[in-house]
Amino acid sequence: MTTSQALEPAIRVQGIEKSFKDLHVLRGVDFEVSAGSIFALLGSNGAGKTTLVRILSTLLKADAGTATVNGHDVATSPGDVRESISLTGQFAAVDEVLTGRENLVLVAKLRHLNDPGAIADGLLARFSLTEAGNRKASTYSGGMRRRLDIAMSLIGNPPIIFLDEPTTGLDPQARIEVWQTVKQLAGQGTTVLLTTQYLDEAEQLADRIAILHKGRIIQNGTLSELKQLLPPAKVEYIEKQPSLEDVFLALVGDTVPARKEPR
Amino acid sequence: MSTHVLGDTGILTGRSLRHILRSPDTIITTAVTPIALMLLFVYVFGGAINTGSDESYLNYMLPGILLITIASGVAYTAYRLFLDLQGGIFERFQSMPIARSSVLWAHVLTSLAANLVSVAVVIAVALIMGFRTGASVTAWLAVAGILILFTLALTWIAVIAGLSAKTVDGASAFSYPLIFLPFISSAFAPTDSMPGPVAWFAENQPVTSIVNTIRALYAGEPVGSDIWIALVWLVGILVVAYTFAATIYRRKIS
Repeated sequence: MTTSQALEPAIRVQGIEKSFKDLHVLRGVDFEVSAGSIFALLGSNGAGKTTLVRILSTLLKADAGTATVNGHDVATSPGDVRESISLTGQFAAVDEVLTGRENLVLVAKLRHLNDPGAIADGLLARFSLTEAGNRKASTYSGGMRRRLDIAMSLIGNPPIIFLDEPTTGLDPQARIEVWQTVKQLAGQGTTVLLTTQYLDEAEQLADRIAILHKGRIIQNGTLSELKQLLPPAKVEYIEKQPSLEDVFLALVGDTVPARKEPR
Repeated sequence: MSTHVLGDTGILTGRSLRHILRSPDTIITTAVTPIALMLLFVYVFGGAINTGSDESYLNYMLPGILLITIASGVAYTAYRLFLDLQGGIFERFQSMPIARSSVLWAHVLTSLAANLVSVAVVIAVALIMGFRTGASVTAWLAVAGILILFTLALTWIAVIAGLSAKTVDGASAFSYPLIFLPFISSAFAPTDSMPGPVAWFAENQPVTSIVNTIRALYAGEPVGSDIWIALVWLVGILVVAYTFAATIYRRKIS
């Protein structure tokens, strides 16, 4: 990584506004995401998270404000932005008629990479899809489909990845698998911007969390910074009961939940 | 980026052709209705229709049947485009560094390939039923050229429908009037047997000139002015539909 990249934020959003007719979805959004970090955009349904991601991934034009991704302006050089990013939308964008492997080969070809077949096989192995590789994607479970979707996004190693509600509709195990993938990616230096409506997801993954509410960022900070906004923790004695998720995962799970240190 | 237009279009066309190979029923369904109509008209109604020519009725009505085949085939193009838009794969393509026009062109080329196969199936059945032509290679090429133009014109109309539809049914509904148009033309009965206003419509709508041209080419007769009227209609519809589709597409992706 060069010095300039380290200084320059991977994503810079300044005063972005967007309305659909009378509906003001974004009312001046500002934030920066530093390279190699995981940034979570937290907000309830309809807060404007998807609209923002669509603007940053050049699918939608903002009414006002500027945004740069990997140093390229999304409005004036969308082509350069598309070279730098990969988008995993809210609904798994896989071709259901094609097999998992064919989906990966297709994206590798469209990114003009050498040896698409080898790239596909590598990703199938990495996402535990090798056995399912020659089955049509329409036969996949929700978790497998999401893994394939993310695998397709990683082809070509784009430096910045947008994940729009990556775990919505997934079962707890599939969710943990996605979380592990995201952590791995950030570990390799990829910048990840993810949107979520699940508080624990932001807590688990993000280096910084921004709360998008009614079209504005109302708070932006690290988890501990956000926690300090509330009165200091009270000491209480409670009986620690396993949560239903703990029980469920213990009963069915081969995946160990990626828990943080007890707080 | 734009240097990749051809390559990207090729890759994406390969993808949608694979869709058709995986569900060849779309080709079969496209060909079944025209074949059934052909059987019905030749063996049931045909004997009662006086075409005023020495040609067999099968020879007389085949051009109209071919146009019906294409008109029903393009509905699948709108359907496939609509599914891409619904499924999110369209947005994936749009957010990737690929030529944006290639996404539409891939569907258009696939439509062309699929419809030509359906047309070939229908012609094969017609040959079995006794369709005979002394058409020269040039005449066959001219027929192919007109059918390709017709497919492209209708495909771009299908693209408009696929891009602007709200439901799956809506995406393919546009094809019904197109399928019906040959019935009010010279395709199945001479227009002078129709009452005044209907005859006027039949005489002046595009299908009649196209049907007359193909019929004359197959019969080895001079095409007269019909071919020019047909070409003006086809190119006109193609240009208008393409412009309209491109505008909707640009609005959609900006």
